[in-house]
Amino acid sequence: MTGHPHDHGHAHAPAAAEDGPPSEYARLGRAVREILVEKGILSAADVRRAIEAMDARGPHLGARMVARAWHDLAYKARLLADGTAAAAELGIEMGPTILKVVENTAAVHNLIVCTLCSCYPRMVLGIPPDWYKSRPYRSRAVHEPRSVLAEFGTVIPDDVEVRVHDSTADLRYLVLPRRPAGTEGWSEAALASLVTRDSMIGVSLARSAHEPVETA
Amino acid sequence: MSDTPLRRHHDMGGLPAGRVERADHVLAAWEKEVDALLVLLSRQGIIRVDELRRGIEALPPDAYDRLGYYERWIHSITAALVEKGVLTQAEVADRVATIAAREEAER
Amino acid sequence: MSAPLALGTAVRVRAAYPPGHIRTPFYVRGKRGRIVQYCGDFGNPETLAYGHDGTPRQPLYRVHFAQSEVWPDYRGVGRDSLEVEIYSHWLEPAGDAP
Repeated sequence: MTGHPHDHGHAHAPAAAEDGPPSEYARLGRAVREILVEKGILSAADVRRAIEAMDARGPHLGARMVARAWHDLAYKARLLADGTAAAAELGIEMGPTILKVVENTAAVHNLIVCTLCSCYPRMVLGIPPDWYKSRPYRSRAVHEPRSVLAEFGTVIPDDVEVRVHDSTADLRYLVLPRRPAGTEGWSEAALASLVTRDSMIGVSLARSAHEPVETA
Repeated sequence: MSDTPLRRHHDMGGLPAGRVERADHVLAAWEKEVDALLVLLSRQGIIRVDELRRGIEALPPDAYDRLGYYERWIHSITAALVEKGVLTQAEVADRVATIAAREEAER
Repeated sequence: MSAPLALGTAVRVRAAYPPGHIRTPFYVRGKRGRIVQYCGDFGNPETLAYGHDGTPRQPLYRVHFAQSEVWPDYRGVGRDSLEVEIYSHWLEPAGDAP
């Protein structure tokens, strides 16, 4: 990201193309930010650092944890016992939230939703996608999870329990997807390339070993 | 007298709704700023997440559905800051007008 | 309910519909489930939301529900389930396991 207006005090850069026309709420946000900075409650640098921290977080963090768990069974045991501590082992801080990792197995497929708002494991996956925050997902994931999964192209066999986690309070959930077949001997980095954001929300499975993936 | 329990608009688990459209967008700069505001205000103990949620839940249902995610957030953040006396409605309105004039001048 | 509930304890979510900020979803109120995790004690969102300090802190549990218990019309597989975090003041003993 370049050219955040707050980088320049009050000399505002033009809005980036992706911003579209400035909305009433964009102005409201800017107004509140400017007033808080003038009152000394926040600094422009605080805002910039918070945005940089947000931009640095994304599914690559969760993917590292999953790949480590696939690669190292002792880490996997720690991850399932205490996700927050296991994240910290990899230098990932959970802030005020607690990370609960739920494991997909031959018997259980997990799916994450927040019906009341849009709670999401931001510290390990970044900002949630729009569909996660949408009414259809929030309404239907708890009541007709198999239909929602099918809309993502994910069909879970009838002998597997679909377990939906409604993220209502102080925990944030991450799905540990099943390790794809044919990945024996793969490096952690190669394994991480199979771990998609959607597989850690539970709407899809990890990529198969044969799917072409971009190499880093 | 009705015994129908009160169900609030945001509490939507299990209600019928359409297909999940797999939409996403790159956050605009102002959306990231609003996100950062909440992170910082919450870190300082000025606004708690449950206060943010309460303000969002207080939106009329049509506004809740119409507004974008960060539009709901800034609405609630502003209301909480006004309620706590951190800033006033007049300060905010004046500043919004100033910003609108500035944008007009830059156009 | 003060002392932490044991894993497996059968509980019923209170069928209460008070006004204000609540983190217990509507769809699970009145439903029976069982405790699968005690998560610790946390500030009560029902007072935190109004500028109070959230005390007394409330034990928070993850509660497991059979989908067939939550939705009489559930179209899925018999074992499908839901797990929801619920604060202890929303839980009451259920007597028999669901």
